[in-house]
Amino acid sequence: MKLFRRSTDRRAQDFRRFTGTDSYISSPALQDAVNVALALERPLLLRGEPGTGKTLLAHAIAEGLGMPLITWFVKSTTQAAEGLYVYDTVQRLHDSRFGDRDVSDIRQYIKLGPLGKAFSADDQVVLLIDEVDKADLEFPNDLLNELDNMTFTIPETGDEITAKHRPMVVITSNNEKELPDAFLRRCVFHYIEFPTEEQMRSIVAVHHPDLERKVVDQCMETFYRLREVSGLRKRPSTSELIDWIAALRFSGVDTSRLGKELPFVGTLLKMEQDLKKVPAARS
Amino acid sequence: MLTGFMFALRRQGLKVGPQEWLALMRAIGMGLHESRFTGFYNVARSLLCRTEADFDAYDQVFANHFQGVALKARELSEEILGWLRQAAGYLNISPEELAAMEKLGLDELMRQLEERMREQDGEHHGGNRWIGTGGTSPFGWGGAHPTGIRIGGQSMGRSAMQVAELRRFRGYRTDLQLDVRQIKVALARLRELTREGTREELDVEESIEATCKNAGELTLVWRAPRRNNVRLVLLMDVGGSMDPHSRLVSRLFSAAHSSRHFKAFEAYYFHNCVYDDVYHDAGFWKGLPLTDLFAKHGPETKLVMVGDALMHPVELFQPNGAITWTQHNFRPGIECLRRLSDHFTRVAWLNPEPDRYWRHPTVNAIRDLFPMFPLTLDGLNGAVSSLVKGPVRARI
Repeated sequence: MKLFRRSTDRRAQDFRRFTGTDSYISSPALQDAVNVALALERPLLLRGEPGTGKTLLAHAIAEGLGMPLITWFVKSTTQAAEGLYVYDTVQRLHDSRFGDRDVSDIRQYIKLGPLGKAFSADDQVVLLIDEVDKADLEFPNDLLNELDNMTFTIPETGDEITAKHRPMVVITSNNEKELPDAFLRRCVFHYIEFPTEEQMRSIVAVHHPDLERKVVDQCMETFYRLREVSGLRKRPSTSELIDWIAALRFSGVDTSRLGKELPFVGTLLKMEQDLKKVPAARS
Repeated sequence: MLTGFMFALRRQGLKVGPQEWLALMRAIGMGLHESRFTGFYNVARSLLCRTEADFDAYDQVFANHFQGVALKARELSEEILGWLRQAAGYLNISPEELAAMEKLGLDELMRQLEERMREQDGEHHGGNRWIGTGGTSPFGWGGAHPTGIRIGGQSMGRSAMQVAELRRFRGYRTDLQLDVRQIKVALARLRELTREGTREELDVEESIEATCKNAGELTLVWRAPRRNNVRLVLLMDVGGSMDPHSRLVSRLFSAAHSSRHFKAFEAYYFHNCVYDDVYHDAGFWKGLPLTDLFAKHGPETKLVMVGDALMHPVELFQPNGAITWTQHNFRPGIECLRRLSDHFTRVAWLNPEPDRYWRHPTVNAIRDLFPMFPLTLDGLNGAVSSLVKGPVRARI
């Protein structure tokens, strides 16, 4: 079979396939998307309701493929340049004032950011850029070149940092801001849907393997009923269900009474307005 | 067959270009779909869609395009696999061919697409309902849910077709609905960053300069971070023909109102057309003359008008034309609107009516003064761009 030539010739069996892990249940569509990203060496962009396991997937990929994970938590004040490196000017000025260190060696004031670390790592790593939409609207655009070419230069020292192995980049987004088109077209996209009841059962089984079927039934029924209450600001999702079951088990609550009352409702509903909408939660 | 799929996706508004297509061909060439039809559905979706808002259109095109395939999937599955295997052959696209693909203009694409669609109809669908609902507009799907399509046998094609036909992603389309959060996201792009306020950011250049001047004695200089300097005035048409749109308009208002990043935000009301006053309240009790409005909000303020721009021509073009007969306007409405668009340098008009209803004399007259956009997510984004970058030609 003839293959498309790019920088390197690759065959289907050349890359490692992700098939999920023992603790992370993934749908076939998700596995396909991960494998496309791995094979085409493109960033994987994940979207979906909060609590559906976007961040956990990066951990699962790292675990499943046996690669180290480097995480970059993006905040509203994060600048793209921080991911590459930070030049600690104040420290250098300070040192120059008090003569503590040799200030002519700029390198000691350059600290690599998560992207820089991922590039300079000796082994292939999984790089998680978490909640990319939290930052400034232009943030993803500022990263385009670095993610494409996997290289950048530090002007202060003239050093060029080039990725030894292209990291597997996983980017999560909560949909708070629209991401730029130029950024999107470079990514492999996957939307993590809310799990079906069947999938949810297997997810619960992974986290609470010794739970009786009857108890699971009751928890699931209550959970899905709660999700259907209309007008909730934040509907409970997978992670909330797992936490809630953990809380129930830890305190040994009698689950047969779940229909009438909702113990530990705070683990499921996080907004005050939502609590008011659920009759059982009020009592 | 597969190329036709790309053109069909483009027709539905998905931005699929040669680059995405080549990536898909590469993926198939590498066997990522594992010769499964569902695998092909997943792989293609992950490369051709950019947001879950695209999924619904993708599902429809997928179902439509491969429908004939699924019907006869059992017999055809070998053939499908054949295409998918053959797809590796597409990878040998010569540079000339690639250049030709990239050169294809939209018109040419559309022409080719139509041609292909015609061929396709004859071959596979033979005038069945799909084409009936197919239509030409990506917005025209309305309530026509394509259920009830018979799928024969337990073919390899079956599950992908079922996934596609379920249209589970309908709720994510952006051209249909607009909620407060989406409006906020669109409005967040309205910004002019300036440095004002408390100095809390280290200014490295200035610090070095000051330290040097101070004979090496470390002197730190701080500056204010960049903040948004946008002032926004929202002028809303209420009552009458605007009543059906009141929910949409109130969402826009609450989004703009709760967006904390504007330097200043004010909303005023008018009925049908602006005359000598605008109103602080939707009941038109407390008026504000236009001259006072101009004194209060300088030309740098961005003005967003919201209204259907639909009225009797008399209301717009003649003195004393105001719909409230107690109101005697000395100047015709169009003059007052012109004063507004002259005073504010950046203006936009959001019209809750779909743009296909805009062919009306008063709408046309107002569009000469204000760049007009439909009140959809796409329209709002267009309006915001026009407010930030200056007027571009209004879209229709």
